[in-house]
Amino acid sequence: MTVPSAVTEVQVGDQLPAIEVPLRRENMIRYAGASGDFNPIHWDEAFAVAVGLPEVIAHGMLTMGIAVRVVTAWLGDPGAVLEYGVRFTRPVVVSRDPGATLIVSGKVRSVDTEQRRAVIDLSATVDGQTVLAQARATVRLPPAHPV
Amino acid sequence: MSLDPEFIGRTYPPSPPYEVGREKIREFADALGDDLAAYREPAAARALGYADVIAPPTFPILITMHAAAQIVADPALGLDYTKVVHGAQRFEYTRPLQAGDVVEVVVSVDDIRAAGGNDILTTRAEVRTLQGEHLVTALSTLVARGTASA
Repeated sequence: MTVPSAVTEVQVGDQLPAIEVPLRRENMIRYAGASGDFNPIHWDEAFAVAVGLPEVIAHGMLTMGIAVRVVTAWLGDPGAVLEYGVRFTRPVVVSRDPGATLIVSGKVRSVDTEQRRAVIDLSATVDGQTVLAQARATVRLPPAHPV
Repeated sequence: MSLDPEFIGRTYPPSPPYEVGREKIREFADALGDDLAAYREPAAARALGYADVIAPPTFPILITMHAAAQIVADPALGLDYTKVVHGAQRFEYTRPLQAGDVVEVVVSVDDIRAAGGNDILTTRAEVRTLQGEHLVTALSTLVARGTASA
């Protein structure tokens, strides 16, 4: 479905447009610079392996930040996100080549027409495996159209 | 050695002021591959009712994680940061951060527990303007693997 223009248009079970996001090492380096999180497990393969990881892994906050794009693109107004939480269940391993592909989809879990709020459940997977659990955003919806 | 639950509720001094800038917001949105106009064009943000460009929902982490270093590096608490992974993250917003906001962060220890041999620390970071307007609360759950005593 497209951007909701009114609270009355949103129904429980509605699917939000999914996104497929390729991740390469460059994405972690760029995110490290933007966020100030320079933990070498996200960009130095030798370090990552030395601490027991299979390879470099993506920042959890990079995955969380990408996942909510499904919600903000649907809303059009990122400031309409009232709450957003996730649990990080599995590291996103990003090989040098071909990297990894993160797939995120969203579904309306509940709608409160009176409060103009909805709760969106997000699903985030890499190679069919869930990487975020209890990924959920509470959002404010546009008012009903005047009659 | 397990973390001492006596630390629950301990509040640390406010972080130094941080000024939210347009170009930092753009850089952060670029890093997420997010091309929404409200992060980049003041006119687009104003059309949504904001005074200036707004920040993506997870942007506050770059301020709160820095502020929470007061807790994770507190020698009295004794968290082994080399064993820490990010277990969970949650944000509760009053309004989005926007360019021009000058904010400070007050961090506190929200919870400490041990499970499965891991120490689990949840930090609470309240982001507010220097005028005292609450913007967002960030709850970060950090798991120190294998550090809890049996």
